[in-house]
Amino acid sequence: MLDDFMVRAALAGVGVALAAAPMGCFVVWRRMAYFGEATAHAAVLGVALALAFSLPILPAVIVAALAMSSAVTALRGRGYAMDTLLGVMAHSALAVGLVAVAMLSNVRLDLMAFLFGDILAVNRMDLATIWLGGLGVAGLILWRWSALILSTLNPDLARASGIDPRREEVWLTLALALMVAVAIKVVGVLLIAAMLVIPAAAARPLVRTPEAMAVTAAIIGALSALGGLYGAYWFDTPAGPSIVCCASLAFAATTVISGLIRR
Amino acid sequence: MTAPLISTENLSVRLGGRTVLHDVSVQISPKEIVTIVGPNGSGKSTFLRTLIGAQVPSSGRVTRADGLRIGYVPQKLAIDASLPMTVQRFLGLPKRISGAKARDVLDSAGAPGLENRQMSQLSGGQFQRVLLARALLEQPDLLLLDEATQGLDQPGSAAFYRQIEDVRHTLGCAVVMVSHDLHVVMAASDRVLCMNGHVCCQGAPEVVAEAPEYRALFGSGTQGALALYRHQHTHSHDHSHEHGHKH
Repeated sequence: MLDDFMVRAALAGVGVALAAAPMGCFVVWRRMAYFGEATAHAAVLGVALALAFSLPILPAVIVAALAMSSAVTALRGRGYAMDTLLGVMAHSALAVGLVAVAMLSNVRLDLMAFLFGDILAVNRMDLATIWLGGLGVAGLILWRWSALILSTLNPDLARASGIDPRREEVWLTLALALMVAVAIKVVGVLLIAAMLVIPAAAARPLVRTPEAMAVTAAIIGALSALGGLYGAYWFDTPAGPSIVCCASLAFAATTVISGLIRR
Repeated sequence: MTAPLISTENLSVRLGGRTVLHDVSVQISPKEIVTIVGPNGSGKSTFLRTLIGAQVPSSGRVTRADGLRIGYVPQKLAIDASLPMTVQRFLGLPKRISGAKARDVLDSAGAPGLENRQMSQLSGGQFQRVLLARALLEQPDLLLLDEATQGLDQPGSAAFYRQIEDVRHTLGCAVVMVSHDLHVVMAASDRVLCMNGHVCCQGAPEVVAEAPEYRALFGSGTQGALALYRHQHTHSHDHSHEHGHKH
């Protein structure tokens, strides 16, 4: 069964969607969309470094993503608005990464695959990485679920309940870095933030509790992955962007429907 | 005298290079209602945050009685519209609670029947009562309220303070609250702490209102309000509702 490239692609897409759903809810609740973007862009730098020093790519991507999120956290509140800071960091990381890759003239690298994903070329090893890493991300988020929600609501309320909101933030950052490393093969660096934000945003109008939002986002994300692959197969479109297009359609649909119901 | 629930010794807090609090030594005894008044930026909220452990003191220390349970109502809580949250789920953070328990605690906070509502759809008064309900869940020995009536109108905050007094009666907990509603709060308090980076003066409401430190901060304008309170107080004692102004 795993011999069929479409089956492998479908499993990879669904795996990433399931892992991205609970993580994506926090990205939306904590207004971290740009933060996710910056962390994802840092991955290009990670790839360049891995190639330059012939290191394995996966750990290099995780380290680069972690370095980016630590840098942003350290620079926070030093005189720049958060979106300015993230705008500088995200685009600098992407640009420096692309320049670094170009300077490695002895390496042949399919840059498009890193930027937009190459889900149809997923092999068994990639599949194992995606599902194990995805389980890690989802497991981390679900383990800290209630403490993270309370820290997101109000840090002082969390403290009063014996929860350290800064420690919870570290867990979230770790999960985000892992998520980037897992999703890079499927949707690529440029669209990882989309897989986090769009299914969660599409789920929001349909739900009344945080848990329902995570489950609904997972369903929307998985259906988008399958729908996008189907579309890519029949219309010969790039798979990663097609998946994101499906998620965007879901977002448009739930937004319009909830708007009509509310009237 | 009974042992204090919580006490601070020479507490100082520095925030961003500025000393916000210095040499604060305060004891809170069981069942007393203490109100903290003071101008903006005088360290009132910082003091409460230090009591719950959210702020680490730069010197001095906080001593809590063994097994002290604290209920905390924060100054402001803005729930992002992107976060769906029912009242029941909010009360169950971080530990889930049963529907029966949620109904009970909402009843005692004066907000019955709200458990299935969305937090974002509550009125200001309902929202504060839900926060109060959450603080009451663990049957606290000490209830800390940070400007809990912010954004409520005069009748709304008066009703909220009556609720606090009810809760104190039924639970027998001590209450420490920060407030700007000087006259309402001072009326209901056993003790008032006047704070401005340090404790300027403290004591019974009448004593503090006469203190020169208090007048220096608030002027004598609040005198009228306190006098009004005394007036009402006399009436409630002699149960005569005719307005004889004997005092």
